[in-house]
Amino acid sequence: MKYLILIAYPPDGWSKASPEQQQRWMADHGRFHDTVGSAILGGEALAGPDTATTMRHVAGKPVLTDGPFAETAEMIGGFYLVEAPDLDTVTGWCEILPDGYSLEIRPCITVDLPD
Amino acid sequence: MDTSTELERIWREEWGRLLALLVGRFRRLDLAEDALADAFEAAARSWRADGIPTNPAAWLLTSARRRALDRLRAEAVAARTVPLLIVDARTQDEAHRAMADPGDAPCELADERLRLAFLCAHPALAPEAAAALTLRMVLGVSTADLARLFLVAEPTMAARLTRARKKLAVAGVSFALPAPERLASRVAVLGTVAYLAFTAGYAPGSGPDVVRVELAGEAIRLTRLLRSLLASSTGGAPVTATGLDPLLALMLLQHSRRDARVDADGGLVLLPAQDRGRWRSDEIAEGLGLLRMIEPSRLDPQGYQLWLQAAIAAEHARATTPSATDWPRIAELYAALDRHTEGSPVVRLARAVAVAEANGPLAGLELLAGLDQALPSSHRVPGVRAELLARAGLATEAASAYEQAIALCGNDAERRHLIAQRAKLGG
Repeated sequence: MKYLILIAYPPDGWSKASPEQQQRWMADHGRFHDTVGSAILGGEALAGPDTATTMRHVAGKPVLTDGPFAETAEMIGGFYLVEAPDLDTVTGWCEILPDGYSLEIRPCITVDLPD
Repeated sequence: MDTSTELERIWREEWGRLLALLVGRFRRLDLAEDALADAFEAAARSWRADGIPTNPAAWLLTSARRRALDRLRAEAVAARTVPLLIVDARTQDEAHRAMADPGDAPCELADERLRLAFLCAHPALAPEAAAALTLRMVLGVSTADLARLFLVAEPTMAARLTRARKKLAVAGVSFALPAPERLASRVAVLGTVAYLAFTAGYAPGSGPDVVRVELAGEAIRLTRLLRSLLASSTGGAPVTATGLDPLLALMLLQHSRRDARVDADGGLVLLPAQDRGRWRSDEIAEGLGLLRMIEPSRLDPQGYQLWLQAAIAAEHARATTPSATDWPRIAELYAALDRHTEGSPVVRLARAVAVAEANGPLAGLELLAGLDQALPSSHRVPGVRAELLARAGLATEAASAYEQAIALCGNDAERRHLIAQRAKLGG
């Protein structure tokens, strides 16, 4: 199964952390990569939500707004897409990631597109 | 033999095992559950006419399997999009073999019910949903009964169960025993689920019954079953074999008082006024026996907390009369529990009661400071304060505290008790 791991943390979580703390977090990501290996299908760190652009259709027309979906105490800061046999495997991997994160684990589903 | 009595017995004893086999084979909780329920219904009709078969469990398994296959055929295309549970090849294989020769099934698959329990009591589900689903799947408690026991409407309970079943399949929770390094924490979740079911039965916050004995009894049955399955399936590794002991001891000791806790009119009888001759001495003996086997320093934090609660219940159980109660010892245990739960207001409240017994009402009243803010909607804080004020001879203050408690109380029997106490003050 494919799972998307959404990484969220308080907006100033990174900038307020000490250099040593930041280094530890980077090392956690390194261990995550070493452990999960080729089961990582993708993953990126994201620029801040203040750089997000949201598009919705209003009265049939696409409208752009400045900012993310919703204002929350935590922001989405990055993601991993992984391939795993089951949820327990994914939560086991997630335990390696920095403990300051909130992680939302979402299973991916198959949608049949018309030819 | 009476068919319906026999069917009920088989339901209680075999439901979880048969369901676990069907889940292993068909990888769908809804399909397995419906097929097995249908098979029991068919048995009720057929056995009445033809008599009870020599191997009733095998009959039910064969009938449920056929019904599941019929349903799959009828669903045809739609079924292809239904998410399936993750079941490893060996388990599927064993389930297939058990179906092929249902008379042979019992011993070989001793851990099937345990898999089912670990699946339903998975930490990815909310504890309330996990508790209901575990009782439904492992013990076969009906949706209607669950709704009644958890005080929700039946469609609400049905929707809760449906959502939980779907989440387990879509999120990819596997039908397997947890990895060894996670076993202890998963057993703790099982314990939480069983205890949640127990407390929902023991101290309902609202509604007419003081003790919904059945649910508490089912929770004990679940804990006993899990304990014996864990002991036989995991080679009795210390943490898993004993992880549920403090919980079972606590439940037995509390549950042993159920008959004495309610009077003939359904009114609440508090501990000091209970007829101790109506406590179940066999359950007390079993609870005390379990406690003697436990080495508290080896327990994890959750186990230690349950042990403290059980040790308190044991002190009450040992006292043959209220005046024989060792209140200083109970106050000491509550002080430890207070420290361990870092000032949980519910624990502080109970500690205040014990301290009042050990050192007088004024000492108890002191510990109530700040609890009204922590538990603003609870009738128990003003209820206890009223009781202690009355004992300290402060009738006017006691009366106003009783008024406050009566206004907040949602349980009919407890409210009647408070009103009676208020009336005793006079004035």
